[in-house]
Amino acid sequence: MDFPYLSSLVFIPIIGMALVMCLPKDKFGAIRWTAVIASLPPLVISIYLTIDYFVNYAGFGTMAYVEGPFSWVPSLNIQYFMGVDGISVPMLFLTGLLSTISLIASFGIKNRVKEYFAFFLLLEAGMMGVFVSLDFFLFYVFWEVMLVPMYFLIGIWGGPRKEYAAIKFFLYTLFGSLFMLVAILIMYFTSEPHSLNMLTLIDHGPTMTHTLQMVCFIFFFIAFAIKVPVWPFHTWLPDAHVEAPTAVSVILAGVLLKMGTYAMLRVSWPMFPDALRTLSFWIAVLGVIGIIYGALVSMAQKDLKKLVAYSSVSHMGYCMLALGAFSSATAIAGCMFQMVSHGLITGALFLLVGVLYDRAHTRKIAAFGGIGSKLPVYSSIMIFFSMAALGLPGLSGFVSEFMVFVGAFGAINKVLVGISVLGVVLGAAYMLRMVQNIFLGEFNLQRWGGLTEINGRELVTVVPLMVLTVLIGVYPKPLLMLMSGTIQNLVNLMAR
Amino acid sequence: MDFQLPDYNLRLMLPEIFLFLWALVVITFDVVTKRKSESAAGYLSLLGLLITGGILSFTGYGRGFGTMFFSDPMALFFKVIFLGSAFMAIGSSFGITKQKIVNHRGEFFGLILFSTVGMMFLASSQELLSLYIGLELTTIPLFVLAGFFKDNKLSVEAAMKYFIIGAFSSALLIYGISFLYGLSGTTDILQMKINLAITHLTFKNIGVTLLLSIILVIAGIGFKLSLPPFHQWTPDVYEGSPTPIAAFLSVGSKAAGLVAFAKIFVNGLSAFYGPEMLPNDWGKLVATLAVLAMIIGNTVAIRQTNIKRMLAYSSIAQVGYIMIGMVAMNELGLSSVAFYAFAYMFANMGAFAVVAIFEDKTGLTQISSYAGLSKSSPLLAASMAVFLLSLAGIPPLAGFMAKYYVFAAAIKTAGSSASSSWLYWLVGVGMLTAVFSLYYYANVIKEMYFSKETSPYRVEFSAPALMVVCLGLIGVFLLGLYPEPIMRFASDISASFGFIPN
Repeated sequence: MDFPYLSSLVFIPIIGMALVMCLPKDKFGAIRWTAVIASLPPLVISIYLTIDYFVNYAGFGTMAYVEGPFSWVPSLNIQYFMGVDGISVPMLFLTGLLSTISLIASFGIKNRVKEYFAFFLLLEAGMMGVFVSLDFFLFYVFWEVMLVPMYFLIGIWGGPRKEYAAIKFFLYTLFGSLFMLVAILIMYFTSEPHSLNMLTLIDHGPTMTHTLQMVCFIFFFIAFAIKVPVWPFHTWLPDAHVEAPTAVSVILAGVLLKMGTYAMLRVSWPMFPDALRTLSFWIAVLGVIGIIYGALVSMAQKDLKKLVAYSSVSHMGYCMLALGAFSSATAIAGCMFQMVSHGLITGALFLLVGVLYDRAHTRKIAAFGGIGSKLPVYSSIMIFFSMAALGLPGLSGFVSEFMVFVGAFGAINKVLVGISVLGVVLGAAYMLRMVQNIFLGEFNLQRWGGLTEINGRELVTVVPLMVLTVLIGVYPKPLLMLMSGTIQNLVNLMAR
Repeated sequence: MDFQLPDYNLRLMLPEIFLFLWALVVITFDVVTKRKSESAAGYLSLLGLLITGGILSFTGYGRGFGTMFFSDPMALFFKVIFLGSAFMAIGSSFGITKQKIVNHRGEFFGLILFSTVGMMFLASSQELLSLYIGLELTTIPLFVLAGFFKDNKLSVEAAMKYFIIGAFSSALLIYGISFLYGLSGTTDILQMKINLAITHLTFKNIGVTLLLSIILVIAGIGFKLSLPPFHQWTPDVYEGSPTPIAAFLSVGSKAAGLVAFAKIFVNGLSAFYGPEMLPNDWGKLVATLAVLAMIIGNTVAIRQTNIKRMLAYSSIAQVGYIMIGMVAMNELGLSSVAFYAFAYMFANMGAFAVVAIFEDKTGLTQISSYAGLSKSSPLLAASMAVFLLSLAGIPPLAGFMAKYYVFAAAIKTAGSSASSSWLYWLVGVGMLTAVFSLYYYANVIKEMYFSKETSPYRVEFSAPALMVVCLGLIGVFLLGLYPEPIMRFASDISASFGFIPN
């Protein structure tokens, strides 16, 4: 048997968590570095998998590095079954990268350090697990396991309304997940022989009656849409983002939101093509509403972090628009690009907001002005990512939005696509307004004279994201090739 | 006429006989040592339970006393639950017996053992009257145990309430049983099943008398299970009773109720299930009560400020989930009930053990008094969090596996025919109320973890308490991560009830 790459992605962070738990609780340095080192093997493995998949499998888009299916609970046909393809590999890389970066960015945590890093590693294990599972039960377990550390991370280390935000996130997501559980059970009992194997169920889905397909599709959709979040299921997001500590916001925006869209592509889209055809228009509509609504609400925000949080609603709207245009491989590729690029850009934006907040202890946009002259390095990086977020050509955000528009234009109602393009204009508006208010204008020397420049550790966290943003923006071809085979397979499945 | 004595087969009854004698030994020991037995009486009881478990593992399947005493998979499985919950209850009562029950330790432990004997008899009896006697032997010691703090108003109130309600429900139950006897001419459950089916087929309709007996029996057992609308005593009794007794009530005595229920309905009245059996269809009636249990339990628990009352309402809700498996009536149904009860035992006994440990140290049962506990006693807080998350059904813990199993059983039946699609609604209610339940379980976690202050109470484990908590943790994780052995054992139960997988 080959080396169990995928299991090690999941279990190395758990071993790391166990190690962190064994350390004495006042040895901050040891705890931090143990956690960072524990997150390195998954990162390295995910990079290796990306390259190896690109070289050996990308053209076919097949499942690779498959582990199992091994019997786990034979009484209920639950299997331990993992495997990855072109849409999960980039997500694994994103997870590995953002986890390590977030752990480094968490060195500023002074309170209950040991628990923090332990929970963080558990979170990483859960996220990795979601992207590698091919058994529905396993998938569900990881999907839920992740909620617990997230609940604690927001609830213990969060801002003033942390308790409210933490429980809201937990309840909201659990509410959605339970719909998924029912759908899973329905799929299980209607398949013959009973199975929880996602690959088998992809063949089984279209044979179900239309009503049952619709029911399952909608149930899955509720679960995934809450995670994305699709308007109108987004209300947990601003609360969670604003209250969460910086690194947790990065993970939330960078990885957790993508789990929703990833799960749609992995599970419900190829499984229920009939239901998808019936509902795709409305999914695109929800996407467009999200784009416009998120952008408009962002414009009205006074709090910097909330602005970035609502911009996520808007940006994930592009993914939903693309998912509505499922018949176009370009749109689906655009969706995947948007997932990666939003992970990089918004992750970085949250990191940078955190950098400023650590120094200024406020996130009020109006409180700042002319920071550019005092903190040139910080400001240029922040402006760089703001430009990336508003879709400046040459950076990754432009590539993904362009692909979404091109793909969707040929596949769905053109008016809808036309409206969604407005989102780009609005995006520019709120980002530029923010840049203008914070970095330009008059500098308040009395209040902000003591601000210090971004330090080395913080630079380490954002520079890799910058490099990747430029790389994907200038030369998107490798990433596209990595995913193209799988995306073509998915589009064929959805066209059944 | 020759009268042939039935085959007694006493070997099967050996665990019960032994435990009964051992309970006498414990009481005598406490008297002989002039009430100075200290914790020795407790350890002696734990030892007795272990030995009983050992004997139980050797008895095997069979029947004795004609057809009155069965040792079948269901009996064996539930006996393990009874012994386990008694073990954990006794393990977590060392603090109480040390501080508050100085002069009656022997009786305290002995009565728990007697009650356990009653449950074990109940699990094995295949006949309505001996089942009733088993149930009485289960509850009568619990009346006394609930009122063990003689000087405490709440405890006395709990005992009175429990006694009156318990006696009342027993009366209802025996009344219902008398109707069943009248209809079938026998108290043997298997014979009753056949006779009722014959009567039904002959006369096409047994009529409302059966409905009356169904209602009476459901009410009688419903009190033991605290299934709404027969649940009102639960929070008061749990609050007033010594905490380990509340724990024992919530797991052991409930599991006993489940066995009785399964024997009478899923076995004896299995023919009277389904819409064509109206008005005698007990399935929907029980399902309605399960819905009530889940809704009332999970919503009222949110408002509780006392952790014992909160756990009481949570236990009402948990019975609602178990009943989903009960009405599923397929090869997963009873297995999921048994598995759920097993998983519930670890999580709930564990949670009550933490409450007991905390109460021994501080004398407090308010949820708000747990604030900041994760800083002063991290291990205790972490265990409590795990138990509560398991009760809420978060994977990969036992409670999730159990809920999954129960829901799976219901959805399997629901999808099998149009007339049983109402089970989807049952599952739907279960799912929605599970979200509510997370709120109040998480509320305790919030107090323990999210508070900025450090709790002034530093709680240490005594050896037996640590053992109970560890046992609970092991069970919760093991059943969540590797449930297969227990599930296989549990699936024998369904098979022995005649549900064969197709």
